[in-house]
Amino acid sequence: MTSRTRLLASAALAAPLMIGLAGTASAQLLFWSNQAAPIEETQAMREQVLSGFDGEVDFQPQETGPFITRIEAELEAGSGSIAVVGALHGELANYADDWVDLSGIDLSGITVAPAFLELGMLGTDEQKYLPWMQANYVMAANVQALEYLPEGYDINALSYDELVNWMRILAEETGSPKFGFPAGPQGLKHRFFQGFLLPSYAGSTVTNFRSEEAVAGWEMFRELWQYTNPASTNYGFLQEPLLAGDVWVGFDHVARLAEAFNQQPENFVAFPAPAGPMGRGFMPVLAGLAIPAHAPDIDASMALVQYMMQPETQVATLLATNFFPVTDAELPGDLPPSAQALGAAITAMTSGDDALPALLPVGLGDLGGQFNQVYIDAFERIILANQDIGQVLEEQANTLRSLMEQANAPCWLPDEPSEGPCPVD
Amino acid sequence: MSTLAPTDEPRAVGDTRRAGRWVFITATVMLMAWVLVPIYLLFVNTLSSPSEVSGFPKTGLPSFDFASVEFFLSFSGVARALWNSVVVAVLTMVLSIGIGAPAGYALSRFDFPGKEVFRMVVVMTRAFPLPLLALPLAVMFIRVGLDDTALGLAFVHTVLALPFAVLITFSLFSGIPIELEEAAWTLGCNRLQAFIKVVMPLILPGLVASAVFAFTISWNEVFAAAVLTIENRTLTAFLVQSLNVSPLHLKFAGGTALVVPALIFIFAVRKYLFAMWGIANR
Amino acid sequence: MQSRFLPYMLLAPATLFLAVFFVYPFVQIGILAFSSGDGFTMGHIQTMASHWKFGTALWNTVLLTAIIVPIQLALALSMASIVTKLKTGRSTILFVFAIPLGLSDLAAGIIWLAIFEQSGFLNSMLAGLGVIEQPILFLGYQNMWVIFAAVVLAEIWRATAIMMVILVSGMGLIPKEYYEAAEVFGASPWKRFTKVTLPLLRPSLQTALILRTIAAFEVFAVVVALGGTTLPVLMGETYQWQFTMRDRNVAAAYAMVILGISIAATLVFLRLLRVPKEARL
Repeated sequence: MTSRTRLLASAALAAPLMIGLAGTASAQLLFWSNQAAPIEETQAMREQVLSGFDGEVDFQPQETGPFITRIEAELEAGSGSIAVVGALHGELANYADDWVDLSGIDLSGITVAPAFLELGMLGTDEQKYLPWMQANYVMAANVQALEYLPEGYDINALSYDELVNWMRILAEETGSPKFGFPAGPQGLKHRFFQGFLLPSYAGSTVTNFRSEEAVAGWEMFRELWQYTNPASTNYGFLQEPLLAGDVWVGFDHVARLAEAFNQQPENFVAFPAPAGPMGRGFMPVLAGLAIPAHAPDIDASMALVQYMMQPETQVATLLATNFFPVTDAELPGDLPPSAQALGAAITAMTSGDDALPALLPVGLGDLGGQFNQVYIDAFERIILANQDIGQVLEEQANTLRSLMEQANAPCWLPDEPSEGPCPVD
Repeated sequence: MSTLAPTDEPRAVGDTRRAGRWVFITATVMLMAWVLVPIYLLFVNTLSSPSEVSGFPKTGLPSFDFASVEFFLSFSGVARALWNSVVVAVLTMVLSIGIGAPAGYALSRFDFPGKEVFRMVVVMTRAFPLPLLALPLAVMFIRVGLDDTALGLAFVHTVLALPFAVLITFSLFSGIPIELEEAAWTLGCNRLQAFIKVVMPLILPGLVASAVFAFTISWNEVFAAAVLTIENRTLTAFLVQSLNVSPLHLKFAGGTALVVPALIFIFAVRKYLFAMWGIANR
Repeated sequence: MQSRFLPYMLLAPATLFLAVFFVYPFVQIGILAFSSGDGFTMGHIQTMASHWKFGTALWNTVLLTAIIVPIQLALALSMASIVTKLKTGRSTILFVFAIPLGLSDLAAGIIWLAIFEQSGFLNSMLAGLGVIEQPILFLGYQNMWVIFAAVVLAEIWRATAIMMVILVSGMGLIPKEYYEAAEVFGASPWKRFTKVTLPLLRPSLQTALILRTIAAFEVFAVVVALGGTTLPVLMGETYQWQFTMRDRNVAAAYAMVILGISIAATLVFLRLLRVPKEARL
């Protein structure tokens, strides 16, 4: 080795080492979130929502894996750099003991939906998280599909049987299945079963999991699946197949339909989820803001959470993410097409006579993921693997029962209140 | 095929050679197309408008719509993340060769108790899912203050790159006759001198190749980077955090952003990849 | 005697490093797989093994590896032979062959998705040729074997380069005189390849096979990109249990399975392609 190369080598070694060791100490607030992860939403969160905050915020959305690993690592190490965590109700519920009580935050002049505040207490007497934003699931259809809607059907008051019939006609007339369902790995399929299918058919998410009514619901879905685009098992966000024309009618989270409405507002309509024998089951999505007990500067974190609750911020969040405010923030008249169409569909769904709200799971702690998996497994076995419905539900019901007992979680809506763990009949 | 039915007569030597040459060229061209066409298609999608990306049928020609690319470049922090990626990757490269090459040499030149155990342990590091290891490592790093530093991340990436460094240098050293070294010893060199004067020049190109591995391993690693860096995010971690849930056209633009720097890097070191061949000409 | 300790001194840095950054976290994961609140348990292993997807995931992973690795070996050997034989354009062609080396599995997944998706390039091409009128759904759950084939193609595309570069370096170390001698004796190119190249390439072959096989057992990102959870593989299930179902114990149990089959495969290759010290050049 010549002396020149040796010099180069040692310089190459030393320079990054020095940079590597120089840790940065900055006053930025780290906003760790698994919401608003799609790149365009992230950009909008940074530029339109958080830029108004008095202080620097580093908004970092993450995939679930790294998101959870980082939170757990900081909790286990007893220190960390996360200032504010933004996540769904179910995820925040996993770490109830590790969040700071937020009841001291001044929310004067703001009315937060009381039901959501209650959820944010996670069954304790402290405000473990503050509601951040909400969403729901609705149906979306290409206007072409409406031409095949049978006479006398009202898309704002469809039943599941009518939907199946409509999709059958659509598939037969167009030659290929046109219904779409987000059953991909990133898709939110389990919410459909927990909050829409089972409540609508069995009036319950947990207790009547394997009742005859639930079996009837699955039979309906199996029929619907015949008219469902088989590519559905790859769909995470239904807006893409809708725009591509692969799917004409579908069910998904509003934030995952929005792009279709914004790109081609004249081509799509939004309408409520169908109703079953027990009513029109639906399940809201609630995201919350929490502060880890080991946050570097809890006062600054509180200021950020307070900022996120302000009416202007809530509206800006709606525009950035298509999640609706959780407060009484007044909406402007010139909302984008997605918010207008989807908002109207949500209102129609939640305010109808047959509305049957199903709440998000409460009290499951870190068993929430396995709870979801019970429904996902049921779907994969019944629909994809074509196994016997009764048999599958019986086996999954056993898993569900032991989860409920393990978590000692009482029932939540639409199930009847229970003493002790929610029973699975 | 029947028209070309081979006779039992042996072909003329010239014929075989020409036919062989033809097969050789076809195979080369096909293999190059096999590598390049998918990358070309990625670029086509990146340079198409969102509606073209979700449209059908596709022409296979780019329309040079730069909207997705511009969106990516306007994402704040790209330059910094790029720099962080380079720092971490260079550190990984230096660490893994610095630690791995001596081990590779020892494995190839000596027989000693525990040799196989050591090899197994080294290989095992590749056989363990990193997403699980990230949690204990992150806890450890936060406690000792290595959290969110380039060096800390480089340590983890070195764990990933080390088996390559050890095993590749092992096979390289194994390929160099020990007699060469022994000859140098008899000429009065000590072990170190013999190594530097005789083995090093022979091994250098291969060493560069395994350094390139280390670099690309670090460059492409996402999970540990996402968990262990916050302010000092690497490019991959930076891009990847949102790619899975982003619309298709942005996915493709993101894919391109991952691919292009790697292309440039491999292009920059192609001389060394080529130099490996040069040894055979000695 | 100095040389008795020399190997250990050379190994010390790597050993220390691995002890801190691999063995320590690894032991913690190992404990997770076999312990509950009150001591040793096989419960997590049982939970894993009795889950309805475990068998399929294990089978898919092993089958994928058994198909991918041999094809890659053949391809990498051809590429390496081409590169060593070339007289002109060598560095350009080596560069092209080596490109996938720099690509992450995520990027590879995205690239092959662009080809196989319903409105993707494969369908466009078939439609352009008039073979089909409607785009075919290649990656549906009913066509499991198509997803499987797509994963095989994408993995071969992505990860052959690494084997190739290892083999190219190995071939570079084979002295030219051997070939010259073989040529003098009139050996055909194929004979030269099987009688000279392959035996002398053994150390590199061993390295390439071990590294590649182990990586193949961890196939994940490409599978998720192309088939979602329709095609269960071990690594995907590990991820699922760790992050979706949030049961770290069962995830650790899965990791132990991956580790187990990797060790088994490594031992097989070490034995099959043993490099006896005396037989070296």
